[in-house]
Amino acid sequence: MGNPVLSIEKLTLALPSYADRPQAVNDVSLSIGAGETLCVVGESGSGKSMIAHAVMGLLPTAVKPTGGTIRLGGRDLLSLDPAAMLSVRGREIGMIFQEPMTSLNPVMRIGQQISEMFEAHHVFDRPKRSKRVVELLDEVGLPDPQRIARAYPHELSGGQRQRVMIAMALALEPKLLIADEPTTALDVTTQAQILKLIDRLRRQHGTAVLFITHDFGVVAEIADRIAVLQQGTLVEEGTGTEVLSRPRHEYTRRLLAAVPSLVPPERSKSQPKEPILLVENLEKVYRKRSLFSAGREVKAAENINFTLARGETLGLVGESGSGKSTVGRCCLRLIDPDSGKIELGGLRISDLSTSALRPHRKKIQMIFQDPFASLNPRQTIGRIIADGPIANGVSPEKAFERARELLDLVALSPNAIDRYPHEFSGGQRQRVGIARALALEPDVIVADEAVSALDVSVQAQILTLIKELQERLGLAILFVTHDLRVAAQICDRIAVMQRGRIVECGETAALFANPQHEYTRQLFAAVPGGRRFRNR
Amino acid sequence: MNFLKRFIRNRGAVIGLVILLAVMIFAVIGPTLFPQSPWRMVGRPFTAPFTMDRFPLGTDMLGRDIAAGLVHGARVSLLIGVISTIVALLIGVPLGAVAGYAGGFFDDVLMRFTEFFQTIPSFALAIVLVAVLQPSLASIVIAIGVVSWPPVARLVRGEVLSLRSREYVQAAVTIGQSTPRIIFSQVLPNTIAPIIVMGSLMVASAILLESSLSFLGLGDPNLMSWGYMVGAGRTRLLDAWWISFFPGIAIFLTVLALNLTGEGLNDALNPRLARGRK
Amino acid sequence: MHFVRFAGSRLVKGVIVLFAIAVLNFFLIRAAPGDPAMVLAGQAGEADAVLLAQLRERFGLDQPLLYQLWIYLKGYATLDLGFSYRQEQPVLTLILDRLPATLILTGAAFIISLVLGVLLGALAARRAGRWSDSLITTIALIFYATPLFWVALMSQIVFALKLGWLPNVGYETIGAGYTGLSRVGDVAQHLALPAITLGLFFTALYARMMRASMLEVAGADFVKTARAKGLPPSIITRRHIARNAILPVVTLAGLQAGQLVGGAVLTETVFAWPGIGRLMFDALIQRDYSVLLGVFFVSSAMVVAFNLITDIVYRVADPRIEVAA
Repeated sequence: MGNPVLSIEKLTLALPSYADRPQAVNDVSLSIGAGETLCVVGESGSGKSMIAHAVMGLLPTAVKPTGGTIRLGGRDLLSLDPAAMLSVRGREIGMIFQEPMTSLNPVMRIGQQISEMFEAHHVFDRPKRSKRVVELLDEVGLPDPQRIARAYPHELSGGQRQRVMIAMALALEPKLLIADEPTTALDVTTQAQILKLIDRLRRQHGTAVLFITHDFGVVAEIADRIAVLQQGTLVEEGTGTEVLSRPRHEYTRRLLAAVPSLVPPERSKSQPKEPILLVENLEKVYRKRSLFSAGREVKAAENINFTLARGETLGLVGESGSGKSTVGRCCLRLIDPDSGKIELGGLRISDLSTSALRPHRKKIQMIFQDPFASLNPRQTIGRIIADGPIANGVSPEKAFERARELLDLVALSPNAIDRYPHEFSGGQRQRVGIARALALEPDVIVADEAVSALDVSVQAQILTLIKELQERLGLAILFVTHDLRVAAQICDRIAVMQRGRIVECGETAALFANPQHEYTRQLFAAVPGGRRFRNR
Repeated sequence: MNFLKRFIRNRGAVIGLVILLAVMIFAVIGPTLFPQSPWRMVGRPFTAPFTMDRFPLGTDMLGRDIAAGLVHGARVSLLIGVISTIVALLIGVPLGAVAGYAGGFFDDVLMRFTEFFQTIPSFALAIVLVAVLQPSLASIVIAIGVVSWPPVARLVRGEVLSLRSREYVQAAVTIGQSTPRIIFSQVLPNTIAPIIVMGSLMVASAILLESSLSFLGLGDPNLMSWGYMVGAGRTRLLDAWWISFFPGIAIFLTVLALNLTGEGLNDALNPRLARGRK
Repeated sequence: MHFVRFAGSRLVKGVIVLFAIAVLNFFLIRAAPGDPAMVLAGQAGEADAVLLAQLRERFGLDQPLLYQLWIYLKGYATLDLGFSYRQEQPVLTLILDRLPATLILTGAAFIISLVLGVLLGALAARRAGRWSDSLITTIALIFYATPLFWVALMSQIVFALKLGWLPNVGYETIGAGYTGLSRVGDVAQHLALPAITLGLFFTALYARMMRASMLEVAGADFVKTARAKGLPPSIITRRHIARNAILPVVTLAGLQAGQLVGGAVLTETVFAWPGIGRLMFDALIQRDYSVLLGVFFVSSAMVVAFNLITDIVYRVADPRIEVAA
């Protein structure tokens, strides 16, 4: 490699005194050459995003660079004054962010927002600017670029907005593109397209790319070189193949091992058991009510049929808006279906009134997605777990004793019983959520994206726990997820959903080996790092 | 403990609380300090302030002691402020909670109703209500309560609406807790902080509203009130400015103190928001 | 097409509100102590028996309640807001005579407070934490807590009576016979004190609101995007932060229109400004309920009209509304 575009040397970023550690980033050195993609990988809190912001000169005021240099084409960015930094941002470095839905100004037209880039750096005259805007929108693959230029952000989908962000970041042909988790908020098929786009553009323009991500699948897809960050320290750096195939550091190995494989594990063919949950012809339509106009309709569930047997895990897989969560919640009657039959252990719960249903609710429980929002911040862990049994007539003493046992079961200390949710990490909270669901000794558990908000190593632990508990207690699990890797590992059967319908359903191994439906094939093809992590 | 620490660190809030306590002490011990009725003519009319030890703040055009009026007025202002806020909360909290939790049709109807009350010019409505019902402590409290509840209902509805879809409330549904139990144990405890903050700010605006009504001559004719004192002195502004001046300062300090305290409470109860404000 | 439907729906809503206020007025007359005929006559004690009989006849006071309501609403629908027997004029005539003065006063106060409030709030937010911010915040806090009528009185003493800079009371110099521009100047001089004192509270309110809103928007993702583009801070503040921050302030300002009318009652009383607020105060003193309720109705109508306008302005300012509506 010749002269690197960006070279970071011994960068140290100090955190304020109230933080949990003194440095966000400690003594990190990295460099990226022209046309090269460097992936900085790490779990949440690893400091990976701080590096990106430091390069951009956009650190939060509380975080201060205390050592090292960041050289862009020979100049040390850390020593530039604010005015000089203005001309670096946008012109020499472009940046795209994680949240396409909120990263664009809602009250400005798309075209104006891109053309601002030229205006800020005094490039082109007015007619030339609007012409360039349309060209850029075209280059990032947006249909009807003229119309998009006149549109407001809310008229575009998440994927389209991320394309706009890319067009904007690359408008002045910067030497360096920083992408901070640019596809994390996107669906897997959209993600695949955006990754392809970024890859194509950097090849065409010779842009160096600093790509921040937590997802090894994404890394495998696009990285030339990889830097692994743990707690602010660089533990390993090397070419893509080196790090992914022959990781040297223990932490990297652990992370890689935690990435679920796309190859379903061997499963012993067990005798088909009697179904505990049966769903027939389930329908649910959302209508936007409005006084003066006919509301819009969204079909969230259409002619849904499936069964779930004791000890079995059925995956409900789909992208956002596919209706998978709606179906999961209908099974618990958290959402009332419009029509159709739901039978739980022979009891037709879809027809019961709310009060008649209440005593039967204990048979089907739920594990929620968000470990922070799913526990009441004002209740102790013990209270949260014991509430269910108490609501079902168990005496408080017994319920709390049971709560202790359950904490032990989910590998938390029984002493945690008197503590509050905010004292726990995300993974620990999710264990509490599982304990709460188990407290009522249910037959069926609906797990709605139960591991999606967790770091990959924690995710692996929770998945193992769920599997263990299932074997021990003979639970039937309806596993709602967007993540095909997770689904491959935990599900016995999988139902693929698209726009409110189940398009394909089958044994996991068979489905992965030979997907029948066009949409399923698209979905599988879009899984990032699919090729590399397939045969591990 | 943490809450107290955060509150004390806010200088404005502490100042507000000190002023508020002083006003409250005056209101409580007032009758002992000035056992005579504030309506009694006790001295020469138009005694200027700081000229006679007996009347530190002077006398008005009928020779009534202004200091005595202020101290008795403190009782009336605080009393009306607190009671009418309680009335407004009693209307607004249940209404907002039901609208937010029930949703759908109920929500629509209740919110249209709330919007209606928000559209009506509230001070004009208060004037009309007190005038029609005849000025008295009860009619003033009712009028202020009636015009002040809509923001409470909207706040509670908003909070309940967002809490209702929170995952821990859904978890409470799945474990079979009854609806009232969910509202009382899961939802309402998490709305108390914003309601307390709003309540303290509402007492402030209720005091302002009461003084405005009294200023227009719509006060309870049996109760000495700050607004009435300002109004009574306004015809003699040029030669006896103090008659209107001191009661105005009293209203200002009390309302300011309540606002400062309310904001302090808000910052202390919502540490995340407060930090973002820096 | 969308726009017409939107405006239409808001209009229907406004009419419903006015209808409800008319109904409310009807019941308020019945809630007043004493004979409704006496209340309508605006007299207590010795009332003209002939007049009372006329009133009973006209409003069907011997008929069932619903019929009375029907008569009453029919009157409102034809803009007949009753008759003031005190002033011997139809209520509507009285109000229409006074309405322009109130519109000028509240309009001026609204514009002053919105412009000043937004500017000061934006300035304070940009200098958050510095002394100019503390100064603006403190002043805003003070005026937010000061009773409106007291500020009016005190500014009257200081600026009109002691310093003699501005006229004390009234709408224009009586008997001066100004015409044309000199009359406009004269009215403007008279307007200055009432409009500013009325506007102060709202200036404080909008400034506080704007500051909070600016600080909130400053943390938004799209502001980070703007910084990443290399835009200078002044453009980021103006184009990205302020433009988004002002939207909730406008909404609030629209909702506060009612309070502005209420405040006008106090300022007009202090400055003897011949508007409907002063009319309301006089009606209050004379227990002239027809006028009182008439002013209440008209001021509500003003607020409804004002809300309609802000709704439409807001819709133009914020492209997202189109989706939500």
